[in-house]
Amino acid sequence: MSLELIDIHKHFGPVRANDGINLDVPKGSLHGLLGENGAGKSTLMKVLSGFYTADSGEIVLDGKKIHLGSPNDAIDAGIGMLHQDPLVFLPFSVIDNFLLGSPGSLPLDRKGTRAAITGLRDRFGFTFSLDAPARTLTVGERQQVEITRLLWLGAKVLILDEPTTGISADQRELLFTTLRELASDGMIVIFVSHKLEEVEAICGAVTVMRRGKVVGAADMPVPPEDLVTMMFGEAVEVVERPHVPLGDPVFSMHSVDIDERLMELSDLNLDMRQGEVVGVAGMEGSGQQTFLRGICGLVQPSSGTVMLDGQDVTRKSYRNHLDAGMHYLPAGRLEEGLVEGLTMTEHFVLSDRSTKGFFIDWDDADTTTRREIDRFSIKGTSESTAESLSGGNQQRLLLAMLPDELELLLMEHPTRGLDIESADWVWKQLLARREGGTAIIFASSDLDELLRYSDRILVFFSGEVLAELDARNTNVDEIGHLIGGRTANSGPGGSP
Amino acid sequence: MTVRSGEDASGVRKAAIGILPFLIAILFAAVLILLVGENPIEAFRLILKGSLGSTNKISDTIMVWVPLTLAAAGLVVTFSAGLWNIGVEGQIVLGAIGASFIAREVSGPWYIVVPLTLIFGVIFGAIWALLAGVLKTKGKVNEIFGGLGLDFVATGLTLYLIIGPWARPGIASTSGTEPFPDEALLPNIGNTRFSPLAVIIAILAILGVWLLLRGTRFGLKLQAVGRNPKSAYLMGIPTNRYILGAFAICGGLAGLAGAIQATGFHLKLVPSVSGGYGFLGILVVLLAGSRAIWVAPISAFFAIVAVGSISLTLRLGIDSAIGGVLTGVLVLFALIAAGLRDYRQRKRAEARPPEPEQDTAPNDAGVAS
Amino acid sequence: MEATFATIIAAATPLMFASIGETISEKSGVINLSLEGSLMLSALAGFVIAFETNNTWLGFGAAALVGAAFALIVAFSSITLRLNQVAVGFVLAILGIALSSFLGSSYTGKPGGEIAVPPIDIPVLSDIPFVGGVLFSHNIVVYMSLIVVLVVWAFMYRTRPGLSLQGVGERPDAAHSRGVSVNKHRYAYTVIGGALVGIGGAAFSLDAKLGWSFLHTRNFGWIALAIVIFGGWHPLRVAVGVLLFGLLQWLALDLQEVFPDLTQVLPIMPFVLMILALVLVNADWLREWADKHPRWGNIVRGDAPSAIGTPFSPE
Repeated sequence: MSLELIDIHKHFGPVRANDGINLDVPKGSLHGLLGENGAGKSTLMKVLSGFYTADSGEIVLDGKKIHLGSPNDAIDAGIGMLHQDPLVFLPFSVIDNFLLGSPGSLPLDRKGTRAAITGLRDRFGFTFSLDAPARTLTVGERQQVEITRLLWLGAKVLILDEPTTGISADQRELLFTTLRELASDGMIVIFVSHKLEEVEAICGAVTVMRRGKVVGAADMPVPPEDLVTMMFGEAVEVVERPHVPLGDPVFSMHSVDIDERLMELSDLNLDMRQGEVVGVAGMEGSGQQTFLRGICGLVQPSSGTVMLDGQDVTRKSYRNHLDAGMHYLPAGRLEEGLVEGLTMTEHFVLSDRSTKGFFIDWDDADTTTRREIDRFSIKGTSESTAESLSGGNQQRLLLAMLPDELELLLMEHPTRGLDIESADWVWKQLLARREGGTAIIFASSDLDELLRYSDRILVFFSGEVLAELDARNTNVDEIGHLIGGRTANSGPGGSP
Repeated sequence: MTVRSGEDASGVRKAAIGILPFLIAILFAAVLILLVGENPIEAFRLILKGSLGSTNKISDTIMVWVPLTLAAAGLVVTFSAGLWNIGVEGQIVLGAIGASFIAREVSGPWYIVVPLTLIFGVIFGAIWALLAGVLKTKGKVNEIFGGLGLDFVATGLTLYLIIGPWARPGIASTSGTEPFPDEALLPNIGNTRFSPLAVIIAILAILGVWLLLRGTRFGLKLQAVGRNPKSAYLMGIPTNRYILGAFAICGGLAGLAGAIQATGFHLKLVPSVSGGYGFLGILVVLLAGSRAIWVAPISAFFAIVAVGSISLTLRLGIDSAIGGVLTGVLVLFALIAAGLRDYRQRKRAEARPPEPEQDTAPNDAGVAS
Repeated sequence: MEATFATIIAAATPLMFASIGETISEKSGVINLSLEGSLMLSALAGFVIAFETNNTWLGFGAAALVGAAFALIVAFSSITLRLNQVAVGFVLAILGIALSSFLGSSYTGKPGGEIAVPPIDIPVLSDIPFVGGVLFSHNIVVYMSLIVVLVVWAFMYRTRPGLSLQGVGERPDAAHSRGVSVNKHRYAYTVIGGALVGIGGAAFSLDAKLGWSFLHTRNFGWIALAIVIFGGWHPLRVAVGVLLFGLLQWLALDLQEVFPDLTQVLPIMPFVLMILALVLVNADWLREWADKHPRWGNIVRGDAPSAIGTPFSPE
């Protein structure tokens, strides 16, 4: 059985997400689809799985042309897609997640299905419980549920969209083993990723996309430099971390306990100096978010002390933290950082905590806005609304809204969803602040980013700080294992 | 999220589309009037005559416009904060109770008593609104149901007062309290209900709301809270405080409306003192798109229809609710028309062909991933 | 005692239909706030049609159509046009009240004896002491209301399409990826819910509160909305909420003899108490307790369908 995509076109308004894509995947192969964020990989896969309908082009499965007008058509054709955020129904039990949308009799037969699912599950060594509500499963486990479900429904083509984000090293190993087994069973597996090393590790052939087009296709092995050139075009200037002497101690937390619904952190300790960058690693839901939120006062620590620049801010409100010089930037730029419908000028007026006065001087505000737009190279006008800005420009706006002098900046996933250039620009800004003495704590699921920019890395697992690493003396493998809860059994610098 | 379309409808076409819901509403009402066997033209003529046909009628219409505008002005504030203040009816009632309390208990010259009734109207209304606000911020009760519950309680309270402690001696009925002493009544002109003071208050209120939202930090922060409470909080805005503030302002204005109803229209406390102006005010604000500038003219139209419809019962035997039908259909079709317009824009944006090939600067459109 | 329970169940019938109907609609993700108006207008329609045609069941049919029509407008506005559901529902509520007032004025006070729903005692079962009188000595509309609760519950939780119904309201994008046509389902369930609301209206004017009067079903539309939330969007718990409200109403009536001065105020009390119950049910402490004790917690917790009120579009 083979799969062919012929000249696929898909546009959203003026944006050409897929511009004449050709893809050829023979039976029983593990095919990598490589490209940076925004290249069009997810769109192509959503076309292949029936989520979107292509504007033009053909899909040929096993020599027969098929039309995919809806997810149903794809399911009938045996094409299953594992989304980056597995589409499971959180309040339902795992077994109900299997049953929803599946073909079968009107009355639900939970017992009968149970046997079939357990068999598949055990075959691959997965460990999820059938009766647990899906919301209690980790991202990796939800993935396993979805893969099992797609196989149970008889998928012959399996698409995985960025599957290794947010899962532990152990779960990743299991996933790769499973995929290899499926491919050798004759299944077509398409592995979509922006991570070179993973595509290199597991795929037999790779197609590289950039800006909506296919820029290269080859059988593995391919020299990594070639892949990089294909992905990014010109050589991208990677920002090297300059050596910055750390300043005076500026932040400390001692014996801090933070309790949020469903997450309890205890005995947290951290001391930071001016200009220091601490990266926080861990799977989704391991406690990083609670950690950050506890530091800035969004959640009140239940015990311990948090000091910023000599001030005790432990039990103060979030607004007090802002006044003391600590700011927090959430991951959801439009959901939690900016206000849809308000203009850039209005955002600057809102974030300006220094100007007092009941009435707004709009002229003044406009001048300030133009100045900031210039300073931060934001593509837009003072009247542009937040939602009309691209992701990268939204991040620029958020950074521009920060006060000039900051003691401590907390960031959740600073470059999520941004292309290389925007991401580099963000880090240029952050490093500039760091030179000015601002300390930075950032959480990220991008291990490369953590290694490149942090002085120290805290790894969270299951609500605990499993390790505090010196970024210069560790590597991706060690962090990957720690994220999964496995303490490395070799010293730093060695390979497990 | 609106997508800007490439073409601009001409001014005439835009006006025509704006008038459409209005025409449909008139048509709908006309059909209903025909159904019950009367002449629509005659009915519309009577509505106009019944609201604007004499000085008495005009003053009645104005005195309906006043509380409606006050309630709507307050609701613009709560809508801007992202709240559905269904409790506004109860807030009007409490304002009336507050004013009635002063009217009954305090004697003195009118220039002391009247302002006192109004002030107490504001206070009572604001407190009632704050109750709904606290239920929401502390009790996590959706303000629709909290407000609804408090509406029920307010009605119950009024009934209790009218048949209990404030009952007319010897008379057991729910028709209302004794008429208030003259010094508590809003000063009016001649034999009509028209009170210039009330009109001035209403105008100041709507102007104040307009200014608050357009030109003050408080107003801008309120809008941020209404559009995205999470982002607003992270920007350092104390969202709960602002929500309560919005409730207090709306409650105060609604209470003012209730006070004016008690001391300027009914001249006593009656069970129906709110006149439905709370809910009608919500319709006004929906039609106005939450823009303060449109509240006054829309309220005027609603007032004309409301007052004019009353005479339909006397002259043509048609139930006065036809007025409510007219306004309801109007708002419904205005909402649907706006929805259709957005729908068409969306479809057009999706169908737009992709841009021609060009060496564009890196475009991190989040969509194409 | 037996008679009391029987009365409560019989009186709760219209509210039962309305609340279960709204539960279906909201479970699929669409809030139909127009209940106050659609209940009133369908009650009027039921009475008028039954009166004019001398056929009770045609009345029920007309009422169901009115309820479904309101629901269709809400569905169209929110699913296709993506308007704010609360706004459209609220306007329809006000409109429905006004329409029912206008159209119903000539039917106020008309006698309904001949078109009232006839009582049917279920043979054998109605002879069971106590239970027989409480459950099996009503009329068909009452029986249907109880059957509908069970049918809806079984459908939602024990059948495949029922699971899809829940999925559509919980996470439409996931349902869509499994081939469930989200918007078609939402249209269907909203309209079905609306039809049940309509039947509830007819159950007022043709049975529980025979006839028509100004603001005949006053406040019952609002309270149905509250009961859906109180019942955590679960048909069985919603039914319990309806019966609880019925109990409160009966109590209020009973207390009128004890406190004759409060005759005007007591009828309001059940509505007030229901809202209070809503506050308690949503309290944080209750949620925390439910998290810690999952087996009991699942009975008590009442999370809204996560995608309620939000429009869905596949692209």
